Amino acid sequence: MINKLVASPEAALADIPDGATIMIGGFGNAGMPAALIDALIAQGARNLTIVNNNAGNADAGLAALIGAKRVRKILCSFPRQSDSWHFDKAYHAGEIELELVPQGTLAERIRAAGAGIGGFFTPTAYGTKLAEGKETRRIGDRDYVLEFPIHADYAIIKADRADRWGNLTYRMSARNFAPIMATAAKCTVVQVREIVELGGIDPEVVVTPGIFVKRIVKVAATLKKAA
Amino acid sequence: MKKLDRNQMAARVARDIPEGAYVNLGIGLPTLVADFLPKGREIILHSENGVLGLGPKPAPGQEDDDMMNAGKEPVTLLTGGSFFHHADSFAMIRGRHLDYAVLGAFQVAVNGDLANWHTGGADAIPAVGGAMDLAVGAKKVLVMMEHLTKKGESKLVERCTYPLTGARCVNRIYTDLAVIDVKPDGLHVVETVEGLSFEELQRLSGVPLKRLATAA
Repeated sequence: MINKLVASPEAALADIPDGATIMIGGFGNAGMPAALIDALIAQGARNLTIVNNNAGNADAGLAALIGAKRVRKILCSFPRQSDSWHFDKAYHAGEIELELVPQGTLAERIRAAGAGIGGFFTPTAYGTKLAEGKETRRIGDRDYVLEFPIHADYAIIKADRADRWGNLTYRMSARNFAPIMATAAKCTVVQVREIVELGGIDPEVVVTPGIFVKRIVKVAATLKKAA
Repeated sequence: MKKLDRNQMAARVARDIPEGAYVNLGIGLPTLVADFLPKGREIILHSENGVLGLGPKPAPGQEDDDMMNAGKEPVTLLTGGSFFHHADSFAMIRGRHLDYAVLGAFQVAVNGDLANWHTGGADAIPAVGGAMDLAVGAKKVLVMMEHLTKKGESKLVERCTYPLTGARCVNRIYTDLAVIDVKPDGLHVVETVEGLSFEELQRLSGVPLKRLATAA
């Protein structure tokens, strides 16, 4: 019997080695898998490469992981925020490498990895600093930049509901990067609010099919929801 | 001359967004446009983080941490709205499905080059977000900015001195002084604020302006 449920966030992340590349879902706090990130901080793996849209907010989650000096490199589109002080400090101290990627290129590079695509040409960033040194090509009447996939060892994401096969649904804008990250990692670990019986999710509304998911942990919702 | 304030600029942009348009409003000044969209028009707002059909701010106490716009401010969803993942969201942008992107700017060049993501300072942390995708992807790119910097320098320039967001991508510029179209032969003034002559706007702008033959 397939059962991807794991007892705790700690158990779900126990095998992450130093130097791993980890995709972390979320756009700001929406969709950020807070319990899994806390477990990653406790787990102790160092020298990590992190893929996320941002570089942490305030003192929790990804910001705390950076504050704990566990991140060697980050790939993101928007590190600078009013409350990104942990990243800002590490960046100015030269302790963290930043690969800045336009948001759509970041999404497509993740998607490409999950879909087995070796690279793609995008019009985004052509003629800008972020395309310097990259191969370009004119196709039809437009200029494009060659971009390569981003593969990860682990993806840690948050979903709303799961069944034991790993079929997932999400909640509102918390979906963001999670479905594509789930496809791009060797091991996708999901924090969910609710586990349902097989068949409890209408097959027509499954967003991430279970084939992309390895481990599921149930975590009580802590974020504020509208009444 | 009567300079437009931020709300008046937003109202001026909103007036030009037609019924049925799919629109992305950038973070900051462009976000204000949402408050001035004409009530009678169905206009669908897109957000990079996977939302079509953004609604107004929630009532106090009704905020939901899973329901944010690209500026990470709490928002609501209109009836008929939808959610999707980031790759689909940027397929909408890059794939030329969005009718308008309204973006802020540091500088716009006479050829339509846009600079709005980075001051280029050695100590500045660069952050680009979805700006480069919007600049190349939207069918029309509208820029909304103050005409002059705080030091009184024109933000309309021959060549951008700040790093580019996109090359030759701007279609129309809305400032607190004028509305200006970017055309292959340069900048055409569509309108100026009350009490500002074309000649005075030309003097302040520092780059060649043309009078639009027929006002839009």
